[in-house]
Amino acid sequence: MATTASPVRLRAPRESAQAADRTSRPGVVWGVPAIVFFSVFALLPMLLVLYLSFTSWKGLGFPQFNGLDNWRRLAGDSQTWRSVRLTLVFTLVSWVVQTVLAMLLGVWAAGNQRNRAVLSAVFFLPLILSSTAIAITWSVLLDPNFGLAGWLGPKLGFEGGNVIGTPHGALVMVIVVGSWQFIPFHSLLYQGAARAVPQTLYDAAMIDGANRAQQFFRITLPLLRTTFVTSSVIMIVGTLTSFETILILTKGGPGTATRTLPYQMYAEGFQSYNMGYGSAIALVLVVVATALSLVMVRLSGFSRMRSSFEGL
Amino acid sequence: MHPRSSVSRRRFLGGTLAGAGALAGLAACGSPGPGAAGGDAQLWTLANPALDPVLTKAVDAFNTKAKTKIKLVSVPANVTMNDKVRTAMGTPNKPDIFFNWGGGSIRDYAQSDRLVDMTSALSGDPTWKSSFVASVLAAGEIDGKNYAIPMKGMQPVILFYNKTMFAEEGLQPPKTWQDLLSLVDTFKAKGVTPLVLGGADSWTELMYLEYLVDRLGGPTVFQAIADAKPDAWKDPVILQSVTMIRQLVDRGAFGPNYSSVGYGNGSASALFSQGKGAMHLMGTWEFTSQVSTAPDFAKNDLGFANFPGVDGAKGDPASVVGNPTNYFSVTTSDHSSSCVDFLKTQMTSDAYVDALIKAGDIPAITGLESRLSAAPDPTFATAIYEMVAKAPSFTLSWDQALPTDKGQDVVTNLQQVFNKQMEPEAFVSALAAS
Repeated sequence: MATTASPVRLRAPRESAQAADRTSRPGVVWGVPAIVFFSVFALLPMLLVLYLSFTSWKGLGFPQFNGLDNWRRLAGDSQTWRSVRLTLVFTLVSWVVQTVLAMLLGVWAAGNQRNRAVLSAVFFLPLILSSTAIAITWSVLLDPNFGLAGWLGPKLGFEGGNVIGTPHGALVMVIVVGSWQFIPFHSLLYQGAARAVPQTLYDAAMIDGANRAQQFFRITLPLLRTTFVTSSVIMIVGTLTSFETILILTKGGPGTATRTLPYQMYAEGFQSYNMGYGSAIALVLVVVATALSLVMVRLSGFSRMRSSFEGL
Repeated sequence: MHPRSSVSRRRFLGGTLAGAGALAGLAACGSPGPGAAGGDAQLWTLANPALDPVLTKAVDAFNTKAKTKIKLVSVPANVTMNDKVRTAMGTPNKPDIFFNWGGGSIRDYAQSDRLVDMTSALSGDPTWKSSFVASVLAAGEIDGKNYAIPMKGMQPVILFYNKTMFAEEGLQPPKTWQDLLSLVDTFKAKGVTPLVLGGADSWTELMYLEYLVDRLGGPTVFQAIADAKPDAWKDPVILQSVTMIRQLVDRGAFGPNYSSVGYGNGSASALFSQGKGAMHLMGTWEFTSQVSTAPDFAKNDLGFANFPGVDGAKGDPASVVGNPTNYFSVTTSDHSSSCVDFLKTQMTSDAYVDALIKAGDIPAITGLESRLSAAPDPTFATAIYEMVAKAPSFTLSWDQALPTDKGQDVVTNLQQVFNKQMEPEAFVSALAAS
């Protein structure tokens, strides 16, 4: 029973852990607004849609429970499966185009060229424009009689400037508009990551006699791996659910050539007023998007990745 | 056990419970309260710069004497009226009177008892009932009952043509299908698009199918489809009509780029008014639209004619298709009787009808022949009025007459036929199967 009166009072391990918690990590209470917002605007609608997919509802009165009818219809609906295939093709092509261009642009913008700052600012203009405004402007440009398409189209082999009226032309243009709109955002991500690559690596490579292409492929690219995964997940999920561009530019047309899954969901739910069936399609979209994201994260070994700066 | 994790787990559970509690609270708040009793009745109309002042005057005239006032809400033209009404129908903010096209646009509401049945109000007031053109009033019926009162002009679909261009070549508007085909060849040889088509808006293509089916088989063919009779789509008239349409497409009648041209954004009308197209099959609203956007063209070059007949076919070449008119329907609410009074007193009043005529509309009212001289273009107004009066039948546009999902199926598949992505037989089997 010796009372110690030493100047430094030793605190019990439990108390010191608590004290460390109080100073270093904010409590979960700070996250409640975000949790509430996410629950109300994302989780609750998803649960309601899950419920609606087992009912039939025309937007009036109350939904009538109808068991698995919507799901059986979904299994046999050739248009919905065509939309799934189209969405996957659209997403894959968009992803390849956007990733390649954003990476090149971002790495270039991370350098120190003379007019880099001005040109980078100009490239980011599409980012601050509204999606709808972009789609409307492009649809005017693509008018075969009064827009740019009428003048440029025939030169590129489109008879009468009919770019957006052909099935393939319409899909290509939707990809082009989406790329124009989002490449700046992703090049911003790559620019940030490329700027973080230590200059010492490039200096060492130069001493070893590497040229610029070799430096890009051997140094920059591997160190952009984590950014690549982040950017790809955002890109793929965003493209899978992209809707307003198609709505304004082609209305899912011509015919059903650009009727992706989100548009098919809109057409069934809000044009034909089969809300229950539209909800089932929406759930398919949620499942596909979640599955793709999980696959991407797993395949890229995201969770196993070590820091890019090990050893530096 | 790590002491740190037990503290944070408790806090995490606390945070989630707080979130769940807030969730439940908000969900409970969302349940609909009692309907908006008292206050003004709301009248929703589709914004139309020519029509809105006329309606405002009628509403003001009614409000001076009425106990329950009516408030006019003008819905902008780029908002889909049908969607807005449908979303509002289940809420306390639903309109008391609303603008519609009859047919499929009100069928769901009528069949779920959300609309006031005005059949007895009409039969109880024979003067009111006989003021309307009978075929137009009948086109607004659902299951034989009157849920809709005409409030605007009659809008049949007619063949507009550039009469100056025709006169230069010494040509006449087509009276038969063969005439139309030879006109197509003539204009194509001159490098002018024979028929302007806003193919990006699929409903513009529907008008060709509507007329051909009517010319070949009469109005009963579509009546069977509208009544959802089995195998209605397998009628040989349908296949024949779609095949004839495909022949027009293959002949290059619509030019090379119609599938990118829109009607809603004014491109098709601009093509026509700039002399790049010879003919344009469109509703009579095209006339008023050209008068405001291209007045010189409308005055000097715009001609119109009936859609040609088909030699040896069953249908009457005098029949018309299109929008018989737009209607007002009354929803069941505390204000219903005032709203029906408004329709009774204002829709056929001389002031309202004369104002409509002056704005360029051709109201669906009987006995208007002499009063049409007040129209901006009396020749046009009188010709259309007589066309509808003489027409043995006036078929409502299919995308408005059919239930919404059927209507969408028809236009989507028809657009693929026009774009050569689908053969006529495939069109018929797709629609027969759905």
